[in-house]
Amino acid sequence: MRIRNLVGVIFVCVLSAGAGIAATLDDVQARGKLNCGVNTGLVGFAAPDSNGEWAGFDVAVCRAVAAAVLMDASAVEFLPQTGKTRFTALNSGEVDMLSRNTTWTFSRDVDLKFEFVGVNYYDGQGFMVPRDLGVSSATELDGATVCIQTGTTTELNLADFFRSNTMNYEPVPIETNAEARQQYLAGSCDVYTTDASGLAASRATFENPADHVLLPEIISKEPLGPLVRHGDNVWGDIVRWTLNALISAEELGITSGNINELASGTNNPEINRLLGSEGNLGEMLGLDAEWAKRAISAGGNYGEIFDAHIGESTPIGLARGLNAQWTNGGLLYSPPFR
Amino acid sequence: MATISAPPKASFALSMLLNDTRYRSYTFQFISLFLLFVAFAYLGSNLFRNLADAGLNISYDFLGEPAGYDINQRLIEYTSQSTHMRATVVGVLNTLLVAFLACLSATILGVVAGVLRLSRNWLISKLMAIYVEAFRNVPVLIWIIIIFTIMTAVLPAPRAFRGDDATASMIFESIAFTNRGVYVPSPVLGSGSLAVVLVFVLSIVAVFFYRRYAKKKLYSSGRLLPVFWPSLSLLFLPSIFAFFVLGQPVSLEYPVLKGFNFAGGWTVRGSLIALWFALAIYTGAFIAENVRAGILAISKGQTEAAASLGLRPNRIMNLVVLPQALRVIIPPLISQYLNITKNSSLAIAVGYMDITGTLGGITLNQTGRAIETILLLMLFYLLISLSISAIMNVYNKAVSLKER
Ligand SMILES: N[C@@H](CCC(=O)N[C@@H](CS)C(=O)NCC(=O)O)C(=O)O
Repeated sequence: MRIRNLVGVIFVCVLSAGAGIAATLDDVQARGKLNCGVNTGLVGFAAPDSNGEWAGFDVAVCRAVAAAVLMDASAVEFLPQTGKTRFTALNSGEVDMLSRNTTWTFSRDVDLKFEFVGVNYYDGQGFMVPRDLGVSSATELDGATVCIQTGTTTELNLADFFRSNTMNYEPVPIETNAEARQQYLAGSCDVYTTDASGLAASRATFENPADHVLLPEIISKEPLGPLVRHGDNVWGDIVRWTLNALISAEELGITSGNINELASGTNNPEINRLLGSEGNLGEMLGLDAEWAKRAISAGGNYGEIFDAHIGESTPIGLARGLNAQWTNGGLLYSPPFR
Repeated sequence: MATISAPPKASFALSMLLNDTRYRSYTFQFISLFLLFVAFAYLGSNLFRNLADAGLNISYDFLGEPAGYDINQRLIEYTSQSTHMRATVVGVLNTLLVAFLACLSATILGVVAGVLRLSRNWLISKLMAIYVEAFRNVPVLIWIIIIFTIMTAVLPAPRAFRGDDATASMIFESIAFTNRGVYVPSPVLGSGSLAVVLVFVLSIVAVFFYRRYAKKKLYSSGRLLPVFWPSLSLLFLPSIFAFFVLGQPVSLEYPVLKGFNFAGGWTVRGSLIALWFALAIYTGAFIAENVRAGILAISKGQTEAAASLGLRPNRIMNLVVLPQALRVIIPPLISQYLNITKNSSLAIAVGYMDITGTLGGITLNQTGRAIETILLLMLFYLLISLSISAIMNVYNKAVSLKER
């Protein structure tokens, strides 16, 4: 009898395997942890700090989602992914979301069947060279040896760039940022190319950052953002609107400093709707009223996160540029909370 | 007429399928086979249904589309506009290249180390023991990375060769060791060079025939013709002669520093060197053990008998021990060759673009066709491995004990 039960259980498992992917929110809540795919280590975006705690601009998005869904910004399991492993990890359900400098492209969205929930960093591909190479423009790179991370958009842009400028180059494919850094510093590549933000972040970890220059050419558009699997719109909405909450919070002047005060009610209805003292947006998402308040409290609003991890006061020193609010001439524009 | 009663006809009853031990095993085998089929059919249909549900249909159309990425080491013409299929072929050729180089060097290394480990010289045998134990017991991936890291860290960048205060210089003005690889001169075949190549090929054939003749002579008249020096001169002298008579049609192209890198000549990339050497020394250690086992399997009496006939140790090894030992050595050697081929898929650790790097790496990643590419990858490795064992089995047949 017992054996027959066991067989029955196994049978049911095999039959239903694959059907369990749809309800990510239930899975995450049942698990009590958010599985978030991040970089293998790019200081400023996602890297363990000196205490072994993951920190960074991309990490902050994971934490905000965890705070919204699980009421605990630290209930995140960070799963480092290389450029190659990230999509398989997301597709197979090993991670619930990816927040890993990933460019939103047509084929990733449509063909690989992912849902990009927005853009958290507008970037473009750049080149870094040692200063003493004496190169001042990417058009002087004919014949150079170039380090690239494989499995990235970088690889394809690079081929296009050199072809359209009828130049030759020698690609050196590399798995992770750490290896690229090692090879570049040893001089086995002349040039390192990837997203400009990634170059700035890598350069900040060099012993003598001033010995390396970023060339002026930006050869592509790289809108980087978090993504989830196609087909689970409830989960997609949660991640999308968590990101929008961070962006709107900056626009509306909600900071980690004043959020508790504002949450008790203001005379700005949008702030009230966002923070849950008015309306039932949280309920519509399948969460509670304070979801956005927790998400914003986790690491501050978008601007605070930017400044803390990659902004001009950090060694990485990125200016807001395209990533300023639309009200300041940037591209950040969250749809309204209504 | 005496009646011989026919033997009682074995009447077959259905129940005998279960009760008769002669048939029972067939029944069970049939049932098992049937269940196995059902299980696989079920799993297969389950796979396809789930794939269809997830909107993933198996299709190999992507192989005809432009790959869009560049590959540094290509043995055939390839640009980023070539198809994924062509990128796959580039990868296959790179896999075969490194597997061939590594098999060859591992065999040489293994035979030398295996024989020397049995040497009576204490120092040599201990050194070989250290080699075997050190290399066999550290994963090959670590060796690949160690060699690669040492190369990039220790060797100078091409930049160091430039200018008046160059800190590095080329060896013999023709070979440059850099942290990107080794640049060596390449032959340039001018007009008339075909004749030289032809002469060389003919020399190889001639050497082959000379050795056969020498063997025959030895067996028929017992007279031992010198073999080594005549073979060597037969191999090279005619070609050298032809080379000069035809006005030196083959010249060398030397690598020269141009722009960022050396140009001209052949580039042996650091990634190839690291992978090749690591596979060779790692697998060489295993082969050394196979060789040692093979030699030890030949009873001591054979050696002693040969010695009492007055054969010198060298000849005992070459004429008596090794030919017999080969029978023991070849079968495990086949599996070592297969190991090399399969382990070469660790290439991506150093960015060597083998088939796992092109088809199973960039193509998979850029097209998202994981199942298709992995199936294709399995097929390629299967084909390569089966071909290697087929070839080696033919050789094994040739050297195995012929019972007459
Ligand atoms: N945005 C590009 C490139 C992403 C990428 O790989 N970026 C690098 C440098 S910005 C990175 O995150 N490396 C960290 C790692 O190796 O894990 C893409 O999505 O394909």
